[in-house]
Amino acid sequence: MARPVQFNEKVKMVEIPKGYSGEGFFATTFDKAIGAARKNSIWPLPFATSCCGIEFMATAASHYDLARFGAERMAFTPRQCDLLMVMGTIAKKMGPVLRQVYLQMAEPRWVIAVGACASSGGVFDTYSVLQGIDQVIPVDVYVPGCPPRPEAILDGFMRIQELVGQESLRRRHSDRYKDLMNSYGIQ
Amino acid sequence: MSLTNDYIKQRLVEKFGEELTSFEEPFGLLSFTAPAALNLKVMQFLYDDEELQFRFLTDLTAVHYPNQVGAELAVVYHLYNFREKVRLRLKIFVPVAAPKVFTATKLFESANWMERESYDFYGVEFVGHPNLKRILNVDEMTYFPMRKEFPLEDQTRVDKDDEMFGR
Repeated sequence: MARPVQFNEKVKMVEIPKGYSGEGFFATTFDKAIGAARKNSIWPLPFATSCCGIEFMATAASHYDLARFGAERMAFTPRQCDLLMVMGTIAKKMGPVLRQVYLQMAEPRWVIAVGACASSGGVFDTYSVLQGIDQVIPVDVYVPGCPPRPEAILDGFMRIQELVGQESLRRRHSDRYKDLMNSYGIQ
Repeated sequence: MSLTNDYIKQRLVEKFGEELTSFEEPFGLLSFTAPAALNLKVMQFLYDDEELQFRFLTDLTAVHYPNQVGAELAVVYHLYNFREKVRLRLKIFVPVAAPKVFTATKLFESANWMERESYDFYGVEFVGHPNLKRILNVDEMTYFPMRKEFPLEDQTRVDKDDEMFGR
């Protein structure tokens, strides 16, 4: 019987991963189940150093609402976070700090470079500014813009979700990944 | 009695004679040049004198003039007399090949960081400074970025090529 008052009728559910289902069971691969779980509860670590950080604040606030993507839990400890969001100009002196934060994150970890400065140094083509954070840590998604609109940040975030959802559980043990880490001098 | 630029100049000329040059007053600010070896003596005189009393170092910085051969680097001191509310500007010039300047840290504690900054960006060597090392830039930096012999852009970039950026 329908209840007299109904709430939350338009709840959007995450799609069930592909698999075999039958009476009382559902079978799929760990890759898909874990990927679906991970991508919908990413804990971001905002590393905001300038104006892109302000755009990110708008992204996380009610109007754009990053929480819709399961990422409302900002944590300011790298050890608990999955996604390092680097937003803003990184000076060369900040480089080692950023790298340290990245090293403190547990695998699996992802990095998004938001804005022109984090991606390439932006207009700060000068002696004191790191010309893109990919000089010190590997980056998964770059968001262009100076600063990018919250929509662009959300788009970048959804691309991260795509990567997270489709990532093979063996990727982090692969030789290719180890080579990537070694190229940054990370063991 | 208010302290006028003419009087300050008169006292300085009495004390140091021909050593001080290039007296001028842009925007009413008394400016002059001293030989590099005399910078401390001039400042000490301005500090100790009962009438002058320039006992506050407002600013200390450097300027690079690549075309003045033999006197490429200028070190500029801004001094202030709190009692009379009078400022003055003292410049000294040193060659970029041997930019040695006596430190003002014995006279003004505030000169410590400002001299480190001038060293960091211009490579001025302050003789006698207690801790002369880079203050703002990364320690690994091998050059003095505000000197005009260095290009402003970061030369370590590989993605900005000639075709796109006119390098």
